Amino acid sequence: MDLGALGACFTTPACVVTQATSGLIVGMLLFLVAGGLALIFGVLKIVNFAHGTFYMLGGYVTYTVLNATDSYTLAVLSGVLAMALFGVLFERVLISRVYGSNVLMQLLICYAVVLIFDDLVKIVWGPEFHAMGMPAAFQVPPLFIAGGVVPPFYAVLIGIAALIAIVLGLGLATTRFGKTVRAAAINPQMVSALGVNTTLLFAIVFAIGGGLAGLAGALAAPVRSLSPGMGFSILIESFIVTVIGGMGSIAGALVSALLIGMVRGFGTIGFPKFTDGLIYIVMIAILLLRPQGLFGRRS
Amino acid sequence: MRSSRALRDVAIAAIALIVVLAIPLLHRSPAFEDFIIRLSAMALFATSLNLLVGNTGMVSFGHGMFYGLGAYAFALTMQMTELSLPVAAALAILITTAAAFCVGAICVRLGTDYFAFITLAMQMLFYSIIISWQTLTGGDQGLRGGIPRREIFGFELASQLHLYQFCAIVAVLGLLALRHVSASPFGQTLRMIRDNENRASFLGIVLWRARLGAFTIAGAFAGLGGVLAALFVSGAYPELADWPNSGQAIFAVMLGGINSFLGPVLGAMILLALNDVVTRFTEYQGLVLGIVILAFALGLRRGVLDFLKFAFPGRSR
Repeated sequence: MDLGALGACFTTPACVVTQATSGLIVGMLLFLVAGGLALIFGVLKIVNFAHGTFYMLGGYVTYTVLNATDSYTLAVLSGVLAMALFGVLFERVLISRVYGSNVLMQLLICYAVVLIFDDLVKIVWGPEFHAMGMPAAFQVPPLFIAGGVVPPFYAVLIGIAALIAIVLGLGLATTRFGKTVRAAAINPQMVSALGVNTTLLFAIVFAIGGGLAGLAGALAAPVRSLSPGMGFSILIESFIVTVIGGMGSIAGALVSALLIGMVRGFGTIGFPKFTDGLIYIVMIAILLLRPQGLFGRRS
Repeated sequence: MRSSRALRDVAIAAIALIVVLAIPLLHRSPAFEDFIIRLSAMALFATSLNLLVGNTGMVSFGHGMFYGLGAYAFALTMQMTELSLPVAAALAILITTAAAFCVGAICVRLGTDYFAFITLAMQMLFYSIIISWQTLTGGDQGLRGGIPRREIFGFELASQLHLYQFCAIVAVLGLLALRHVSASPFGQTLRMIRDNENRASFLGIVLWRARLGAFTIAGAFAGLGGVLAALFVSGAYPELADWPNSGQAIFAVMLGGINSFLGPVLGAMILLALNDVVTRFTEYQGLVLGIVILAFALGLRRGVLDFLKFAFPGRSR
């Protein structure tokens, strides 16, 4: 514990900017993964324990396409599309068979998928860590904000994630499709009876969730290294995010992802060895004070 | 009726124990003995979890915390004090029970999904404490230096055969005790809570108190499993308290069957055997294990023993 360093950091603008940026990066990536998780849980009542696999595969697809084409935009797009497709396949082939059955049965299937794809990644890309490196377009001098260093890619990453948050929020709130999704979350039978193809709707929801996780993986690839276990670690944190935010709430996912990001960003200065523990304490405290999560409705 | 069933349970346990103890007398196989030692720890761990999952309908993702705590408490007591092994084991289980009571008191009032995640968070908090409290626990290296394997009741635990016999006896006694809990009126109460908590509540059962009782007992037996695990690895490692370990217990429970008392034992057996066989043939054990789990989950849609009960109704009970 080093509260002195934390205090010193809060009084220097440069340190605040640097730590806040790294916290924002963590938070935004978490939001992309947890947002999809919350969407899938909200509509399908499925706790997708395999969501980290989407993130991992998104990162690896991006890495491969970037090496092949040298275009980061193309690489990100293919990572997103591949994971959207993978989401649909995953839902149709496996998850659709266990709708309505025990949560543990869903857990078992998802964990099997995690195990299988962790090993497939090892077979295809090897067990070692891969560093993708910053795409050429972003190899430019960093921005300086109040003395703090902000690499331009970070700004782009935060911008994209913020845009996604706005599009997702407005899309769910105002568009016809968004309203259908929200209605299906409350009463899928009624939505189906009103003539909506819920099978297609569920597949689309899984595609969006998978695509978001793929996007997170694609955006994380330049700043973090790729390894077969990377899905596992982000999965736990995104669960924490969805639980703190309230399961099924997108707004909650955004707020709590940013909260966790900030705890990580500043926690590394104040409690370098105990940052993880700090996050669990935050989660336990919030669950005890507000068991349904920050934005959740009491069931 | 109840006493005859209790007698039957004791008879089955005695026969199983005699068979297991007789095998090394006929044929010594280090690999098999190794397997049974690990199985005894895992079986206690998984069966105690099933007291929560199958019996009470409480899905805990953080059961590994008590397994790990049992192992650390026991190994640390043995290393730091001169206490004899049974006293150290009893102390470790006492510590685990107290911890389970405290964690349970915080967690049991939450709804199903949140209960699962808060137990997971508690376990991860415990795990990060192990990792960061290096001076006591050895951090991510684990607790090394071995456990002084003092002799107890004529068992010399440094010998594999004696460790095998000791673990088998402890595991069978532990399972018998758990069986007794699940067949007792308290166990029936837990099943009623699982099936209809409103009805149980109307009948005057204080839900949180019964759940807390189940959680504490389950934690205590997981701690006993942890003690055996610590004896086997001669130390304690943070992995014992990490969440994949809780996952293993959940899979053992699911593979074997949540509605049969011996389901988790069978599941633990399947899981350990799969791990052993697969590692011999390929380094990609996750791939094989994943495919097998998928086949079980999609093919049987329930654990093996539950499937047998479902396919042959009337035969068992």
